[in-house]
Amino acid sequence: MPALLEARGLHAGYGQTKVLHGLDFAVEQGRTTTLLGANGAGKTTTLRAICGLIRPQGEVRLADKRIDREPAEEIVRRGVGHVPDGRGTLMELTVEENLRLGAYTRRDRNGVKADFERMFRYFPRLKERYRQQAGTLSGGEQQMLAIARALLVKPRLLLLDEPSFGLAPLIVADIFEILRRIRADEGVSILLVEQNSSVALDFADHAYLLETGRIVVSGPAADLRKDEAVRRAYLGY
Amino acid sequence: MNGLAHQVISGLASGSIYAAVALALVMIYQATHHVNFAQGEMATLSTYICLTLINAGVPYWGAFVITVIVSFVMGAVVERVLIRPVNNAPILTVVGVFIGLLLVINAMDGWIFDYIIKPFPSPFGGGQPMLDGFISSHELGETGVTLIVLLLVYLFFRHTTLGLAMRAAAFNPTSARLCGVRVNRMLALGWGLAAAIGAVAGMMVAPIVFLDPNMMFGILIYAFAGALLGGIDSPLGAVIGGFIVGVLENVFGAYIVGTELKLTVALIIIVAVLLIKPAGLLGRPVQSRV
Repeated sequence: MPALLEARGLHAGYGQTKVLHGLDFAVEQGRTTTLLGANGAGKTTTLRAICGLIRPQGEVRLADKRIDREPAEEIVRRGVGHVPDGRGTLMELTVEENLRLGAYTRRDRNGVKADFERMFRYFPRLKERYRQQAGTLSGGEQQMLAIARALLVKPRLLLLDEPSFGLAPLIVADIFEILRRIRADEGVSILLVEQNSSVALDFADHAYLLETGRIVVSGPAADLRKDEAVRRAYLGY
Repeated sequence: MNGLAHQVISGLASGSIYAAVALALVMIYQATHHVNFAQGEMATLSTYICLTLINAGVPYWGAFVITVIVSFVMGAVVERVLIRPVNNAPILTVVGVFIGLLLVINAMDGWIFDYIIKPFPSPFGGGQPMLDGFISSHELGETGVTLIVLLLVYLFFRHTTLGLAMRAAAFNPTSARLCGVRVNRMLALGWGLAAAIGAVAGMMVAPIVFLDPNMMFGILIYAFAGALLGGIDSPLGAVIGGFIVGVLENVFGAYIVGTELKLTVALIIIVAVLLIKPAGLLGRPVQSRV
């Protein structure tokens, strides 16, 4: 069976600045893959190239169909949920409206209703803050909102861009605990980008290590975690 | 005292027009961070279209509805053809496009419909005095129509999914796209809606000020003053600001500066708001880090 997501020879950048220099990687169905790397390695750019916010060169396939020529709003409809860097909260809107936007592409009213309830089970906080302006939420709550918004798309593939960013360690542990439950319940495949490599390697099945736009190491997450040399050279812990 | 009450009430009547145009300005400002200087001229063109239809024998309300629809399409086409290509252009380019659009539509109006000032029919029976002579039947009907339009716009943005998507596209286009909102389409819709609101304002004000190619010129300035006063990024503020400007204009015109200097009131309001409270009454102050 082919991988759910496959990138071949992926190049991308911003105007004249090239950030990615030919990446090959895959996310297997039902598995979690992580992209690790320092600031500026190209992690966020990779996610943007996959979800269509920037136009890449090379090939991106979702369930064996090319998506690299599609704009972001259409790729969402193919079943890609994106938790963007900086969480992408629509600050001026209420929590409810943020969630309704997540379900914007869906026409199954009853399914959406049931999914709202499921999100409230994962994130009871969001229910408490339902009518509140999203801009007044704490960083952790906004991260929860971003994850719930992306899940309401009913994605086959969930792109997570640094869910630990700017959060206290306890909250990071909380969020990854919830993500584990979500992964088990929903069977969603995940591509996780993280700077916090110890958390990410614990969470993922497979890992790629990115350095200035190239993949330098690839392997099962458990192996990378044990590999002293990789750890010292690239992961810094 | 009766005189003042009269001025206030008829100020609210013209204020409703300013409120509608101010709302159209704010809608486009929220989505693009530009003020559409051609909003007034687009409304004038719509009013000419309505008059042409009426002269061709279409009943008033039929012409009204057709004009609103045609204006909506016109606004969406203007966005698609003229504005989208300069989306990422420097601000002066965009201002240039807006001013060019203003001049082109203005000249086109004069060329096609000529510059002669024309009377415009009112569906509310011209100038019969109502409410003990405080307000004419047209002013009353015109205010009613504008209020209904404002209410419909409010309900649309608050309570429909499409309205929500349009707000999302204006506030945070990237996040909106990641939820599947077709942001470009929302922009075109927004322009269409703004043009439709402007068209209603034009058709409602024309029986009072008469129709000529420059009909909306002064009204756009009053509306802009109203939008700034209420907060250029706040739709509710723009509507309230529009009404306030209408009242101030009338009262100052009657008692202080005289009718010839009425437009000055709008300019004073613009300068005062920018000096004292640039964010306006309901707007959010913009902070940026250097």
